[in-house]
Amino acid sequence: MPQTWQPKPPTPSPSYSTGWLGWARKNLFSSPGNALLTLLSLAVLLATLPPMLRWGLWDATWLGDSRKICDSAAQDGSAGACWVFIKVRLEVFLYGFYPEAQRWRVNFTLALLGLAALPILAPTLLRGTLRQALFALAAALLMLFTFGVPGAVFTACYLLAPLALPPLLGQRPFLELFAGRLAGAITGILLTGLAALLLYLAAGQAGGGGAAGPIAVAGAVLAVFLLFIGRLTAGAWRWILLFTVYPLVGFFLLVGNVFGLPLVESHFWGGLFLTLVVAGTGMATALPIGILLALGRRSTLPVIKTLCVFFIEFVRGVPLVSVLFMASVMFPLFLPENVTFDKLLRALIGIAFFYAAYMAEVIRGGLQAIPKGQFEAAMALGWPYWKMMALIIMPQTLRLVIPGLANNVLSLLKDTTLVAVIGLLDLLGVAKASMADPEWLGFTKEAYIFAALVFWVFCFAISRYSVYLEKTYHTSQHYN
Amino acid sequence: MTTPAPAATTARQPIITISGVNKWYNEFHVLKDINLQVGRGEKLVICGPSGSGKSTLIRCINRLEVHQQGRIVVDGIELTNDVKRIDQVRRETGMLFQNFNLFPHLTVLENLTLSPVWIRKMPLKEAQELAFQYLQRVKIPDLAHKFPGQCSGGQQQRVAIARCLCMNPKIMLFDEPTSALDPEMIKEVLDVMIDLASSGMTMLCVTHEMGFARTVADRVVFMDSGEIVEENDPQTFFNHPKFDRTAAFLSQILNH
Repeated sequence: MPQTWQPKPPTPSPSYSTGWLGWARKNLFSSPGNALLTLLSLAVLLATLPPMLRWGLWDATWLGDSRKICDSAAQDGSAGACWVFIKVRLEVFLYGFYPEAQRWRVNFTLALLGLAALPILAPTLLRGTLRQALFALAAALLMLFTFGVPGAVFTACYLLAPLALPPLLGQRPFLELFAGRLAGAITGILLTGLAALLLYLAAGQAGGGGAAGPIAVAGAVLAVFLLFIGRLTAGAWRWILLFTVYPLVGFFLLVGNVFGLPLVESHFWGGLFLTLVVAGTGMATALPIGILLALGRRSTLPVIKTLCVFFIEFVRGVPLVSVLFMASVMFPLFLPENVTFDKLLRALIGIAFFYAAYMAEVIRGGLQAIPKGQFEAAMALGWPYWKMMALIIMPQTLRLVIPGLANNVLSLLKDTTLVAVIGLLDLLGVAKASMADPEWLGFTKEAYIFAALVFWVFCFAISRYSVYLEKTYHTSQHYN
Repeated sequence: MTTPAPAATTARQPIITISGVNKWYNEFHVLKDINLQVGRGEKLVICGPSGSGKSTLIRCINRLEVHQQGRIVVDGIELTNDVKRIDQVRRETGMLFQNFNLFPHLTVLENLTLSPVWIRKMPLKEAQELAFQYLQRVKIPDLAHKFPGQCSGGQQQRVAIARCLCMNPKIMLFDEPTSALDPEMIKEVLDVMIDLASSGMTMLCVTHEMGFARTVADRVVFMDSGEIVEENDPQTFFNHPKFDRTAAFLSQILNH
């Protein structure tokens, strides 16, 4: 008869390896060299930080609204920073030369983007329909106080639509009610066309002449999703709205010339607002194009593969500045004389394709890390190519390449400053222009530091967000 | 035909017919003139040394590998480059892999429901009920909300079996399903496979588990260097192998 075997109970780890003391011992003073480095770093911090803080915070001039206050402070001997300069110029730093009376349009577009993106960006924060509905109502209330009733109603509709659509549509797409596939397809096409036509006429009636066409197209796209794909979650609807309805709203709100909004041409755009427009549309367009390019480069069809390789290698071989130059100077030469193409739009397209090529290579790297068995398992279960890519391969790939994509996004955000070479004034461009203002000569430091701080805040947020994403999708646990 | 089919199979209606199949990887001749018929509900075990082409053979049946010569007909559908036919065949076959190949970004339950919902267009509720039914059958209903990375190898392979069953296949292909498992976990997977065999499923099984072959198989096929050396009912196969190559292989894997 063998004896009964009992595993030993676990014991707590020794105290010197835990707590802040254990942390300091392990991280700061683990060896003589390490201890020396710690002390040296401390000395450098002590030497540099106090003067910096004194200049930027304690001795700085914060109050007032003209340069005289800063000048008199400088004569008193306390030569701190003159943040009055930034304060007076803040509106220009934020909006460029967007007309003052119309700036609410910028605010509304960005606020709506934030509210629309939050449930997508922080899935763990707003889990469950109830929380999402409450969030939508709170957002609408917020918009009510800042933008009035129409803004609040639109926001509420926009945010509640993804929640309302799945239960309204039920489990099956509308068209499965039709038995015959052909009959279903024809009905679907007719209904799509009808939806587009109605939207076109309604938009025209409401005074949105120029916007009627695009609104009809977006409506048709939505109708296709509604009728043919139907079985989608609230999360999927959020993405669809973000890529169909939101760009349309943003575009016509910012540009105007429809629905009684005055036209604001893109050369009035500038400052942080322009930076965010360029970076935002750049990210939103470059990623999908990058995914397609990455798939194309791995395609077994020689024509597609060659085209993708050629495009990626060509774009990676030229600097962004030259792409922007091409877009702004060369491109119009190839167009007929009476055709004009907005300069900002050309820059946006150039940046989107430029970054798409980089992202494509990052994503291709991720694709190579997906075990062949994943493709085989999906194929053996009967998954066709595009569905397999969309629901099985890409979700895994994108999780793997979060750090690489975050790199691309950060560098895209900072590269928006290069639009200065084609005469667009982004945040840095506006800062430079402000330094040249004869009334405020001599405050370059303040302008640069402010611009740097703003960039740092955005970049740091993106970088922390990528860490949050990695944790949410616990990427590292997948293949072990 | 190398051997006349044993009495057990002649009574069955054939569901897979492989005739004169040849396949090359560049210069390498992996499958040499393969002829094989599998009857509806038959349990076939394919064994042989590594590199003998047994995995390639069953991967040809659902077109994960493409054969260059000969015909493969699965349930009346001949496999060609026609994507529709490939889809049809894949809808009728389930496959198990050595490395399980569960989708690591989805929970066990999602692994089971994803294909019925998106490929079979089944309502989610129904798919979830079906999934729980099969998880029950492979005896791991409590793992439904775990990720594959949190399950043991044996559990993962049982999830993989349930995932195939959710697609309601007529034929199951097993590509060395227990080769990557710890000895302690092999039995739990084999038990599920034996249970599946008793339900009348057509099964093609590439495996080295000779105990399984003895108890479950209707027929054992032995392959070496891309050829079918011999096929027979398990009794005759294990006790009276026809060729010395078979006897040598059996003595290698049975006596250690």
